[in-house]
Amino acid sequence: MMFAVAAAAVLLTLGLAVTRAIRGPTVFDRVLAGNSVGTLAILLLAVVGFLTGRPEFLDIGITYGLLNLIGTLAVLKFFRHGDLAYDASEPR
Amino acid sequence: MSGLPVIVDAASWLLILLGSFFTVVGGIGLVRMPEFYTRMHAASVTDTLGAGFLVLGLMLQAGFSLVTLKLLFLLALFFFAGPVVTHALAQAALHERIPPLLAEDRRGKAGAGGEPEGS
Repeated sequence: MMFAVAAAAVLLTLGLAVTRAIRGPTVFDRVLAGNSVGTLAILLLAVVGFLTGRPEFLDIGITYGLLNLIGTLAVLKFFRHGDLAYDASEPR
Repeated sequence: MSGLPVIVDAASWLLILLGSFFTVVGGIGLVRMPEFYTRMHAASVTDTLGAGFLVLGLMLQAGFSLVTLKLLFLLALFFFAGPVVTHALAQAALHERIPPLLAEDRRGKAGAGGEPEGS
C-alpha cells in the first residue's frame, strides 16, 4: 500500500526535522524546524486518514495549519521585539 | 476507493511516491545544509514540492468529493502560508545579523569582478 510508504516517508522526515530542532545553533533554525514539523504533521494527518479509510481528519489538519502559521509568526515577533504587545512607536 | 480507473490509480501512486521522495529530500537537506539560509531553502522543498505532490495524489485517490475540496483548501493554505513564514523568518534572521554563507566573499576586494558593495 502506497499510503504506508508515504506515511513512513513523512515520519522519517519528521525525525530529521526534530533532529534539526534539537541541534539547531540559532533560534531561527529551531523555528524553521518547528514550522516544518507542523507541515509534516498536517501531511501525516492526511495520509493516515486515507490509510485508515477515514479522511475526516483533514479538518483537523487545516486547523493545525492555521495555528502553525499564527504560532510561527508569534514566536518570531517575540524574539524580535521581546514582547508580543509591541507598540509601533517604540524604537526597534 | 477500488472503483478507480487504472490510469488514475497509477497516476495517483506516482504522485504520492514523488511527494514522499521530495519530502524526504527536504528533510535530509534540513539536517545536512551548512547554515540557516540554505536550510530554509531545503525546508521549502518539503513545503512546496513534497506537500504539493502528496496532496495532488491524495486528491486523485479521493475522487470528486468533499474530501477533494478540503485537500484543495489545504493546498491553498500551503501556497499562501509558506511564503509568509519564509519571508518573516529570513527578515528576522537578517535583522539579528546572521550572516549568509557566501561561497566567495568579495566584500573588501574591489575590482575582483563583482559589483562593489557599499559598506
